[in-house]
Amino acid sequence: MTVANAPVLVSDVAQAQPGRHPITEPAGPTKRSLLGVLARYLGLAPFALYVLVFLAVPTVLAIVTGFFTADGGFTLDNLAGLFSPLVLATFASSFWVSAITAVIGAVVGALVCYALLGTRAGGALRSFIDSASSVLAQFGGVMLAFAFIAAIGSQSLLTLWLKSTFGVDIYADGVWLYQPAGLLVVYTYFQVPLMVITFLPALEGLKTQWAEANATLGGTRLTYWTRIAFPVLAPSFFGSLLLLFANAFSSYATAAALVSQGSPIVPLQIRAALVSETVLGRENMAGALALGMVVVMVVVMWGYSVLQARTSRWQR
Amino acid sequence: MTVKNSVRIGTEPNAVARWVILGVVGIVFAFPILAMVEFTFRDGLSGAHTLDHWTGLFDEDAARTYRNLFTGIGNSLLLAVVTVGIVLVVLLPTMILVHLQFPRLRRVLEFICIVPITVPAIVLVVGLAPVYSVVVQVAGGSIWTLAFAYGITVLPYAYRAIQSNLDAVDVVTLSEAGRTLSADWGRVLWFILLPNLKRGVLAASFISVAVVLGEFTIASLLNRVNLQTALLQIGSSDPYVAIIFALLALLFAFVLLVSIGRIGRSRRTGSDS
Repeated sequence: MTVANAPVLVSDVAQAQPGRHPITEPAGPTKRSLLGVLARYLGLAPFALYVLVFLAVPTVLAIVTGFFTADGGFTLDNLAGLFSPLVLATFASSFWVSAITAVIGAVVGALVCYALLGTRAGGALRSFIDSASSVLAQFGGVMLAFAFIAAIGSQSLLTLWLKSTFGVDIYADGVWLYQPAGLLVVYTYFQVPLMVITFLPALEGLKTQWAEANATLGGTRLTYWTRIAFPVLAPSFFGSLLLLFANAFSSYATAAALVSQGSPIVPLQIRAALVSETVLGRENMAGALALGMVVVMVVVMWGYSVLQARTSRWQR
Repeated sequence: MTVKNSVRIGTEPNAVARWVILGVVGIVFAFPILAMVEFTFRDGLSGAHTLDHWTGLFDEDAARTYRNLFTGIGNSLLLAVVTVGIVLVVLLPTMILVHLQFPRLRRVLEFICIVPITVPAIVLVVGLAPVYSVVVQVAGGSIWTLAFAYGITVLPYAYRAIQSNLDAVDVVTLSEAGRTLSADWGRVLWFILLPNLKRGVLAASFISVAVVLGEFTIASLLNRVNLQTALLQIGSSDPYVAIIFALLALLFAFVLLVSIGRIGRSRRTGSDS
């Protein structure tokens, strides 16, 4: 990634340098300005080096280790392992957990945004929901798992009360909280606030004039929503949906703290591969799983950025 | 802001719909946190309530009983400080430099800073393991080295916070004015740019602290102790204390993120007057 910049850097000097600071730097390639150019590029070095060592190298290592055996020989064995029934099933359940929580999160989050329309932008209600959403969207991992064990675990007040008052045992078919079904409930908790944060700006971008124009032309509230608001909001809504999907798909900590048995989703499968070194009797399987995840993430985030570009047309 | 319309022409929901939606969602989302609070007052499985779990934190031997947890808290605070240091010393000057001198590299920088969203921590950690076996040889195995990885994790958040401030301030004109008045780059940076970027820098620092305090994936898979791994560990032996500290951490994150909102707002209202 950093290597690819090189041609850009060169052309950049050629065009951007003359006349940049006419007073302090006289025109013409004097020795001083050459040194200045060099110094400026040196200024980029620390960040470039840092990103190279701690982002580019680990990413490349994570993706390519799957192609090598423990002795360093090339192999496609791990890649083939991605298509074994067990791993495919893991990807499928990761997909469904992410897709279902993304859809629920997007719909509920959009409803909350809709409810906030017409409230004062800087008002107490709006800013409280803004702040609470940004906290809860970050509230993943161990603490979230604890919260749900306290809230709907088998010994929680709610569970005991439902059992004693209504005779309803939510865990009659086994304690699903610690299984993928539990992840659906728990992930939704950080998906909805994330939707509120990402979708609210788009909804705020709806202009009152559009509604007025619609009313002037004899439109109803229904035509306003179907003909104007939905088409304008659709790219942003589906973009946010993809972001939510990516968010759930890449989430590890919550599942690690909650799921008690096995590795039903891909991130937990990677943990198993890292910890035990061998999954399915294959070495370096973690690398192949990481590659599989990155492929999914790149596709999803690419879709997100395409939709995001369409969204920003209306937010100017 | 909005005038009460006698004829409703479109966008807004009516008051009943608004409060039904916000009420139901609010209750559902408040419930797990209230359940955590209730859980910390429980007296085992007896159904009675007690203050023992809270007062137990101030016992004489609490420091020994929860030693691992306090180590984790100390480590996480240290990591938060070093990570903020990386953001301020490595990311911030680079962003200012690119903004001023390499406008064509802005898209490249943005792309790099967004990459950690596409390459999540669980993928990154697969490649970080070999990198850290080298880091340990060079810099030793002390906990602060983990901040190098966290600096990458917070990149998207810190970038967004600083960039929105950079876009709002005319950095080019400000620094050229400073240079014209014969200030050197150091003075321009320290006395002109940083005061104008205070809001973005503070927001970036606060969100970085919040993210680092919540980080679990990398620490746990590289076998380091931080707040979250210690919480998970103590959760199996003393869930009450684990949940008390989870609540405190949540409260702390709430204060941090609310103050980011405050910083943003005070600036906005300030420019109005």
